Amino acid sequence: MSFGHWFLTLGGMVLMLGGLLVTVAFMVYAERRVLALFQDRLGPNRAGPLGLLQPLADALKLLTKESFAPPFVDRMVYELAPVIVPLTVLMSFAVVPLSDAWWLADLNVALLYVLALSSLGVYGIILGGWSSNSKYPLLGGLRAAAQMISYELPMGLALVGVVMLAGSFSLVDIVNAQDVPFIVLQPVGFLVFMVCGVAEVNRLPFDLPEAENELASGYNTEYGGMRFALFYLGEYMGVLLIASLVTVLFLGGWRGPWLPDVVWFALKTFSVVFLFYWLRTSVPRLRYDQLMDFGWKIMLPAALVNIVITAVVGIAWM
Amino acid sequence: MYKLIFYLTAVIAIGAAGAILIVRHPVHAALYLIASLLALALLFFLLGAPLVAALQVILYAGAIMVLFLFVMMVMDLRPASNERLALPKGWRVPTLLVAALAVELAVVVFQAPLSGDEIWVSVGPKAVGQSLFGTYLIAVEVAAILLLAALVAVLYLSRRSRP
Repeated sequence: MSFGHWFLTLGGMVLMLGGLLVTVAFMVYAERRVLALFQDRLGPNRAGPLGLLQPLADALKLLTKESFAPPFVDRMVYELAPVIVPLTVLMSFAVVPLSDAWWLADLNVALLYVLALSSLGVYGIILGGWSSNSKYPLLGGLRAAAQMISYELPMGLALVGVVMLAGSFSLVDIVNAQDVPFIVLQPVGFLVFMVCGVAEVNRLPFDLPEAENELASGYNTEYGGMRFALFYLGEYMGVLLIASLVTVLFLGGWRGPWLPDVVWFALKTFSVVFLFYWLRTSVPRLRYDQLMDFGWKIMLPAALVNIVITAVVGIAWM
Repeated sequence: MYKLIFYLTAVIAIGAAGAILIVRHPVHAALYLIASLLALALLFFLLGAPLVAALQVILYAGAIMVLFLFVMMVMDLRPASNERLALPKGWRVPTLLVAALAVELAVVVFQAPLSGDEIWVSVGPKAVGQSLFGTYLIAVEVAAILLLAALVAVLYLSRRSRP
């Protein structure tokens, strides 16, 4: 590879990282304002015009806090865990195509790569819970382990339909194959993926690993300052990742009339992000046994039936 | 460049595998095992098998090791103990087997030295699928039946005993 190529790749990575951090910071702000509107409040509106400097203030506050670790924790794992969550999500973004020309890597196993990284992201939460050596975090970690394994399976299976239609694991190829957005051809796959996506990033109604009112705040109870912020950052980047995956896999990615590619991508992605906020305000948390029943008895069979129907219809069509 | 990445990954894989033997806490050992498995996945990728690499991460590092950790979290809540590492008798036979493997490996490597410059072909997921469901169809079906049998056995063993 030439010097120019390296320069472009590195520059792209830096741009992507910076862009993601800023986007995520404003996603937190947007969520607080949107939640407030849903609840007939105003939300943070004091720092800067419309409260737009709130993310900056939050970041400064978290960065300047003392980085304190309780004496009873397992030091090595305690420090490793908060890094894993945002790291795996950030690595996944490498294969997400923002437009026809804007992507960092086009792997021929891109979809599997994303699934692999999301299954590694679980470690951050499990290890965070375990290394805290304290009962609520441990319970949160155990719940996270069970929940994420249960929902990863239907999530992967829901994508098989998409892969069959597109004939490729590459996200760029999948978008190029969507003359009709796959949400029309794969409504069940879309629903299953969306629900499992919400469960994978531990958002309401699936936020049992955190569950404030029963587990303090679950796996991150013993964390503070920037370490806590890393978990938080990882969660919001996870929301953004799931939203952009839904966009790429089911909503036709960057494709759309009149507007530039990137604008379409952003519009679709943030509509899905808005759906996450909306869910959070409207749906109560599931009970643990309901969560497991729902995952194994409804989501998994639905995904499997979806695969069979897609295959049969596909063969009949050809 | 590829050579550098290869050697770096190989060192990590072997180093992490060695660390499993040394560290005292089982959860730390599991973490080193995960690191070793991930390094192995990267090696698969470098050898031109992206599908195997992805499956290695999803299945071994992502699913099986999570279950391992899950069980350890339920069973073992003590902080790292300071007991001295004792060599139990059960180590002898495995050590012999590993030594035999090492000798075999050395013989193979020295008889046909790998230059590392061979041109390898990257085998995409489609090609793997076609050969699995073409040439090796019977093997795949047999494995599937085995898994089905395991599933039925688990259902039988975990059923609620009715009074």
